[in-house]
Amino acid sequence: MASRALYSPRHPMLKKRDGFEDILEERRRSSDLRYALRCYTPTLYKGLVPCKASMLKSIVLQSDHLQYVIKQVSSESGDRTECVAEEASLILDEMAHRLQLSTVRFFAFMLNKAFKRLFRSVCVNEEGIQRLQQAVQEHPVVLLPSHRSYMDFLMMSYLLYMYDLPLPVIAAGMDFMSMKFVGEMLRMSGAFFIRRSFGGDKLYWAVFSEYVKTMLRNGYAPIEFFLEGTRSRTCKSLTPKTGLLNIVMEPFFKGELFDVNLVPVSISYERILEESLYARELLGIPKPKESTSGLLKARRVLSEDYGSMYVYFGHPVSVRSLTEGKITRSQYNLLPRYDTCNQPRSECFALKAYIIHTKHLNVFLSQQGFKGFCFPFGEPCLSSSRTLGGQAWRSARRQFFSGLVDFTNHKAICVLDDVYNCFNFLRNMFSNEFILCPGDSVQDFEEACYLLMKRGVLQVSEHEIVMSASGHSTLAFLSSVLDPFLQGYQVVSRYLCEETNENLTEKEFIPAVRNFALKLILAGRLKCYEALSSDLQKNALAAFLRLKGVRKVKVGDQVTLKVNKIAVNSLEDTLGKSDVISYQNSWCSSMAMFEIAI
Amino acid sequence: MASNSSSTAQQRLRIIAGHLQKRPEDEHPSVAAQECKAETSRSNPSSATPVPKRRQEIMKWNGWGYSDSRFLFNKKGQAEFTGKRYRLSGLILPSLKDWFEGTFGANLQHKSPATPTVNLSAVAPPDLNEPFVEDLKAAGVAMSHDPEDRVFRAHGHCLHEIFALREGRIGRVPDMVVWPSCHKDVEKIVELACKHNVCLIPYGGGTSVSSALECPREETRSIVSLDTSQMNRILWIDEKNLTAHVEAGIIGQDLERQLNERGYCTGHEPDSMEFSSLGGWVATRASGMKKNIYGNIEELVVHIKMVTPRGVIEKSCLGPRMSTGPDIHHFILGSEGTLGVVTEVTLKIRPIPEYQKYGSVVFPNFQQGVACLREVARQRCAPASIRLMDNEQFQFGHALKPQVSSIFTSFLDGLKKFYITKFKGFDPHHLCVATLLFEGDRGKVLQHEKQVYDIAAKFGIHYKKHLCVCVQDLGMDYYVIGESFETSVPWDRVLDLCRNVKERIVRECKERGVQFPPLSTCRVTQTYDAGACVYFYFAFNYRGLSDPVHVYEQVEHAAREEILANGGSLSHHHGVGKLRKEWMKESVSGVGLGMLKSVKEYVDPQNVFGNRNLL
Repeated sequence: MASRALYSPRHPMLKKRDGFEDILEERRRSSDLRYALRCYTPTLYKGLVPCKASMLKSIVLQSDHLQYVIKQVSSESGDRTECVAEEASLILDEMAHRLQLSTVRFFAFMLNKAFKRLFRSVCVNEEGIQRLQQAVQEHPVVLLPSHRSYMDFLMMSYLLYMYDLPLPVIAAGMDFMSMKFVGEMLRMSGAFFIRRSFGGDKLYWAVFSEYVKTMLRNGYAPIEFFLEGTRSRTCKSLTPKTGLLNIVMEPFFKGELFDVNLVPVSISYERILEESLYARELLGIPKPKESTSGLLKARRVLSEDYGSMYVYFGHPVSVRSLTEGKITRSQYNLLPRYDTCNQPRSECFALKAYIIHTKHLNVFLSQQGFKGFCFPFGEPCLSSSRTLGGQAWRSARRQFFSGLVDFTNHKAICVLDDVYNCFNFLRNMFSNEFILCPGDSVQDFEEACYLLMKRGVLQVSEHEIVMSASGHSTLAFLSSVLDPFLQGYQVVSRYLCEETNENLTEKEFIPAVRNFALKLILAGRLKCYEALSSDLQKNALAAFLRLKGVRKVKVGDQVTLKVNKIAVNSLEDTLGKSDVISYQNSWCSSMAMFEIAI
Repeated sequence: MASNSSSTAQQRLRIIAGHLQKRPEDEHPSVAAQECKAETSRSNPSSATPVPKRRQEIMKWNGWGYSDSRFLFNKKGQAEFTGKRYRLSGLILPSLKDWFEGTFGANLQHKSPATPTVNLSAVAPPDLNEPFVEDLKAAGVAMSHDPEDRVFRAHGHCLHEIFALREGRIGRVPDMVVWPSCHKDVEKIVELACKHNVCLIPYGGGTSVSSALECPREETRSIVSLDTSQMNRILWIDEKNLTAHVEAGIIGQDLERQLNERGYCTGHEPDSMEFSSLGGWVATRASGMKKNIYGNIEELVVHIKMVTPRGVIEKSCLGPRMSTGPDIHHFILGSEGTLGVVTEVTLKIRPIPEYQKYGSVVFPNFQQGVACLREVARQRCAPASIRLMDNEQFQFGHALKPQVSSIFTSFLDGLKKFYITKFKGFDPHHLCVATLLFEGDRGKVLQHEKQVYDIAAKFGIHYKKHLCVCVQDLGMDYYVIGESFETSVPWDRVLDLCRNVKERIVRECKERGVQFPPLSTCRVTQTYDAGACVYFYFAFNYRGLSDPVHVYEQVEHAAREEILANGGSLSHHHGVGKLRKEWMKESVSGVGLGMLKSVKEYVDPQNVFGNRNLL
């Protein structure tokens, strides 16, 4: 892998600076069995209400909120309350974890063996562990790891066990549960299973949210969410599922908890176990169903070398300080406490929390290097980055994650407003692609300008932006980072304008775009392989839907897409303007999220 | 006990004297620290004189209460309560020192003594409105512009006010004090004040804890403090209707004592009743400890007479309830001196209860305690008073226990402690205690008691013991400052509110550089059908802080925000004053505030009652 050569020499220094500790080193020297059986005395939350997993169930079922929803559902559907309550109880049975220390010990033993074979080293920042130890005692903790691989989940529990931290309960997708035996094992190691989608099901939502909130309120265990909802195929952060964050923030808003700590955790791999699977998935080959036999077949990965793995525990983010002055908690005062339906949504904060979360990850990544970030198809950014100096490169890194880059004309001097308009357009266009807080565009713009200025790339006066000579390489890199997205979106828009017929269904869209892009590539008219990625295509479609270039029409069972060719054309034009001539332009990038850590 | 053997004969005498003062209904030998304030009125004839014009002669000018009664640490480092007025007076409190040092990290070596007397040169010369003074003289109203008199009436008992006095800092003070002796005098004063455009600030007991008595800095007119203390007579008692017509300047304990002599009581016993006045209760919507039987002030008043710049406001009859539009009494109750001076009040009175009984219940934790109080309220069988203290206060109560006088009582104490902590398995760091007071005729009290203890048995255990709290001044001598504030909150939010506010206090103190963890504690003092009144006490050791009062205010501000965020009210009975004004709009809505403002506008267009409270 190209990236490896680039980063390996940095290791010794990195290790020292960030206090990363290779945890496998010690494991290789001592007995796995003794390790698995060692005395485990975790630090506990000071306000812990001791209760067993079985008690948890009755607390949830008796809770005012659930009782209220049960009555509501029963009066709406006409079913008897007992039936609905029974249903709730079944949902809970299906969902609930049965955390057992013995299973965890078993996993610890097995994982020791596996990790030692798979990875050269597993590096953890000890400082982060200490911070977590503190945080765990003070307030209930929600762990928010990034999700790149199935490994993440096992790794987190393994690490917390190792550092004598309370074992987390983990929200896992229902698909794991269908795996024979393994599903139950996961359940006993703290996983609880949720359906992938349950938007309309009031009862399910009530059971689920009450279950999570009860565990949080009692300080039962840290709760682990994969906010991205699913493993990121491209290693790029995905737009988060804010519903889960809403749930964990609510006890604070309603005063049931003094505070909740959100602890972002970044897990990155030099090489991901599922890398070939991901590439295939993005090219349209469906994901194999999770099954135990599949897992056994995947044994062969054990014989390969996956390099090092880095786990970075970020700074705990206090929900209280995050929302201070931004939300009036007293608005909950006039409603009965069991009622969560009529309450104002706090999505915006959830999003902010998430952005802070990614910020931490990014800071970490920028320190650590480029590891873990790579497109499955070729690495245009990486190759160009090699030519850049370390400092500029790191800044570029930061810019990239913010996601947005903006071009204007060739001129070295540009009018500020034009740049802003262009920036705003792209920000709007790519808001499905990158995590952006709606409404923060001015703030983002200013921050981006500031950062670029600080790097000596730009000079921003009241009305103009002047590009400095030394900033070329940075800008070149930044534009090359965004280039695949620009080109990819253009391919999609070209497809929509040129190839579509009247009744294009939503299902056909992705394969059709893929074929179109493939043709272009084979014809040599397109160099950018990212256009093949189904993720990008989906996001592009969502963007066009949002910007009214395309609308959905329901015909019978099928959803067809109606293209407004004029609108799409003009969008493409604007994209195109920003395209071709990238380097010499001024740039701005949005970045609500990063402060410079270094 | 070592201290026991070395105690002097004099101390013994004092202890014996203390025992002799014990109330007959107090049966238990180990019950020691009695509710001090409630008791004085009955057992102590020495305080029988009404408040003199020169209050500073008997009261502390820079702290709470009488000059001769205070906590101090004697030469041996033991805490002692001086004076003869209270049951605790003259007693040695051996555990207080350890508690004090342990809780606050305070050291008795580090003293921060107060300025012993008023620094009169710091008082600005009075800015008198001569024509007003002349007219007043002609009308024959008593007045003074002596600096001590003026300083005494320039403050309530907010921490920042007292602290400034202790350090000898004196801000804007009234330019003059007047003492009307009857309703007519007040009418005259208000009329003249309007005529000559001076600012009037009514002053009753001076026990405000909401900065209500502070003179507004922006006031440019001459400020006249209207001291109602000489209007202190009971004008008549109507035994047929069980009402009494009383002048509003009367101090709570005097009212109660005089009524007691006739066989009656009002039953209104706010914690401040030793010093607070009837008019003050009306003006702030006061609440008494025994409101479960007698009601809060708004339920006690039958008729109010108030002098406003527009004239006198009163109802035309003494009917027990009227449907004549919004109750005009409610414009007066809680008006905090912004509309006029309450001069006379007709109050309900009750025959003195035949029987009183104190008791306590110990709970394994605060949650159980609150659950018990909630159940008692649900069944509507609350005794005259029921108060729940959290663990920190329970420990403080223990620290106030006087030196044990015999081996037998110390043995009994040990036995009780053993029973609760070992036999029942209550953790001494979590257990909390509720104190109860039953009142009425003997048979009913016993029956009532049984009902309550039956409920309590589900949550905790019955235990007899009683406590009292008032050590702010002592703390201040040793770099510790603290105060209390209150709120009312629906039942289901009580626990969350208590926890969050206490935690917020600790957190804020830490952030502001307080070196030792603060004392942050609460008690539930009143129960209602739909909620409870919660009292917070908060104190910290301020050594090492350059501006402790500012830190204190910031923390208190944060705590109030936390209360409001958690569904608590702005105030249950202390009032708004100037301290909590900023939240009024949020609390009563813009329209609500507008209504109050338009009343003020009509009643007092010149803003003669210019203390700028509330609005």
